[in-house]
Amino acid sequence: MIKNHTVSDLQRGERAIIKSFNEVDIPLKLIEMGCIEGNYVEVLQRAPMQDPIYLNISGTYLAIRLEIASKILVEKL
Amino acid sequence: MKNIKVALIGNPNTGKTSLFNRLTGLNQKVGNYPGITVDQKIGKSVLSQEVTAEIIDLPGTYSLNASSLDEDVAVKVLSDPQNKNYPDVVVVVVDIENLKRNLFIYTQIKDLGIPTILAINMADRMADRGIDIDIPKLEALLFTKIALVSSKQNKGISYLKKMILSYNTISTTPCFKEQETVLSKFAKDETKKHHLETVRRYQFLKEVLQETFSQDPHNAKDIRSYLDRILIHKVYGYFIFFALLFTLFQALFSWSEIPMDFIDNTFAFLSEWVKNNLAKGTFTNLLAEGIIPGIGGVVIFIPQIAFLFLFTSVLEESGYMSRVVFLMDRIMRKFGLSGKSIVPLISGTACAIPAIMAARNIENWKERLITILVTPFTTCSARLPVYAIIISLIIPTEATFLSFNVQGLVLMALYLLGFVTAILAAALLDKFLKITSKSYFVVEMPNYKLPLFKNVAINVAEKTKTFVFEAGKIILAISILIWGLASYGPGKHIQQATEVVTEQYPNYNTEALQTEIASYKLEHSYIGVMGKFIEPVIKPLGYDWKIGIAVLASFAAREVFVGTLATIYSVGNEQESTIKERMKNEVFQDSKKQVYSFATGVSILLFYAFAMQCMSTIAIVKRETNGWKWPLIQMSVMSGIAYITAFIAYQLLA
Repeated sequence: MIKNHTVSDLQRGERAIIKSFNEVDIPLKLIEMGCIEGNYVEVLQRAPMQDPIYLNISGTYLAIRLEIASKILVEKL
Repeated sequence: MKNIKVALIGNPNTGKTSLFNRLTGLNQKVGNYPGITVDQKIGKSVLSQEVTAEIIDLPGTYSLNASSLDEDVAVKVLSDPQNKNYPDVVVVVVDIENLKRNLFIYTQIKDLGIPTILAINMADRMADRGIDIDIPKLEALLFTKIALVSSKQNKGISYLKKMILSYNTISTTPCFKEQETVLSKFAKDETKKHHLETVRRYQFLKEVLQETFSQDPHNAKDIRSYLDRILIHKVYGYFIFFALLFTLFQALFSWSEIPMDFIDNTFAFLSEWVKNNLAKGTFTNLLAEGIIPGIGGVVIFIPQIAFLFLFTSVLEESGYMSRVVFLMDRIMRKFGLSGKSIVPLISGTACAIPAIMAARNIENWKERLITILVTPFTTCSARLPVYAIIISLIIPTEATFLSFNVQGLVLMALYLLGFVTAILAAALLDKFLKITSKSYFVVEMPNYKLPLFKNVAINVAEKTKTFVFEAGKIILAISILIWGLASYGPGKHIQQATEVVTEQYPNYNTEALQTEIASYKLEHSYIGVMGKFIEPVIKPLGYDWKIGIAVLASFAAREVFVGTLATIYSVGNEQESTIKERMKNEVFQDSKKQVYSFATGVSILLFYAFAMQCMSTIAIVKRETNGWKWPLIQMSVMSGIAYITAFIAYQLLA
């Protein structure tokens, strides 16, 4: 069985493909910035205390809190 | 002469403002400062001999689904043909580095049916990054005209102007809209619909770019990862940030002291000159005792304000500010704030008004409200003149501690006090406010870039100008009012001053007599009567009625304090002296002890550190929180803390 990963599980430098999320949990702005199914996501860095998390989502560089990151399901590459 | 309206829009960090500056030069003005269109800049550009363009720089936004007040401005202008800024043509500015995401808003605007031009900025980087674009094909697929520009190197601007000139030849066909009906069939729910729409728009753009855009991946390296490794490192990151802040505050005090002293002296001289060289009369008095010291009280701010704006503007432009937000978010959250609260808290050291407006970027309502409520605790530049003059009166210039200048250290301590109070107040509010809202924290981490001198210079000049004029109006009006209240009084006391005083002190020489007459007049003026009335309330803080007047007047704006004292001490005063000298020589009427003693000085410093004395801030808090509830609570609590701490300090030290 394939384990469900979220963006918050990814280690620094890991890449994954965005699988799904519930749009109620995710700010529209994040979706508009490229957080959509099928796009890749890479963890660039985590802030001290692991949170927020600095990502490259399909060429857009942004930071989100773990709270949101844990709602985005991904498949590791 | 024909005039066309052009709207400039695009994502944040696309160099939209640089392009605006290139198009308009210095021909620009910012909308009403506390007004609703605060971020809407308008400038003029000459396109040809017959045609000029009025260019509106709309706030940077990622989409037309407004999620913040700033974005709302853009939507209002573009979606309502009745709006007075509704454009004839829109220029969408996109950054070559992230074309797909930048084009997202283009597709939305194109669907509004306004002629739309696409300006691809930072085209100078194309070769560096190995980027190749098939422009004619892209133009055909997006139903538009494209201008490749570089606002940094000033390239492609005249081509863009030509394109704007011929705006009526540009297609108004939407590039996506026909699919919208399909969307609404699938999703009844708004949120789902937006999600689906976003997905579809990106799909469309992906297909478009697959045919027109290519990049050689070997050239895609930049300095981002290198700088990030240092600037947001868990140790160096904080170290660099605090070192920057420390440098700022030390520099702020020592660098701006020279121009400030110069301004102070110049205005004292000017006032004296007017008095000696113009015909004696009410108007000369008004000029020399009301207007000139009043204007001086505003001008004296310029060095510090400009310096603070310079600092924040360089940090924003370079992309460093987002890294600070990233570094500080987790810590700030412990106090009920957001990493994004850092921007308001730092800008608050210049002025609380733009700072409170900067809190709009905070998506979470509770965090935003707390930020708005605590920001006025940070030491704004309006407090600086009060601090500067009191510190110089109660602490000797030559005093040093561990080879640091003590005056500078005290000033730093006051900044720290403001900041710590803000943080503690935030933590308390976080405990007591029962609001639950989603976090929705998203911050873009832009590419690092060297700030453009022109952008920074325009930004600093613009902000300083609006601040000086807006604050200036209030200060000037109050100075004149205070002068009037200090020059006239109830009954006949003022007219009879000379007789009464001469009778009372028959042995005094002319000079001593003049001083006595002046203070007798002031005591019996309207302001004197008012001051005497409130004296019992402020006496426990170590203030006499003159300081009381200045404190009262400061509830309009803090910076009025020094100006008011300048006016009060200069009414009827014939010698040329700076305000500082006059304050130093001031004694209590009954005890003849020096007024500005150490205890009173500390008490004034603490009072000004905590009290909410700024009408403009109250107005802005009312607007940003939609009602009187929060500004009134904020004002009462802050002023309460101010009174109590000043009281305790004076009673302990006196």
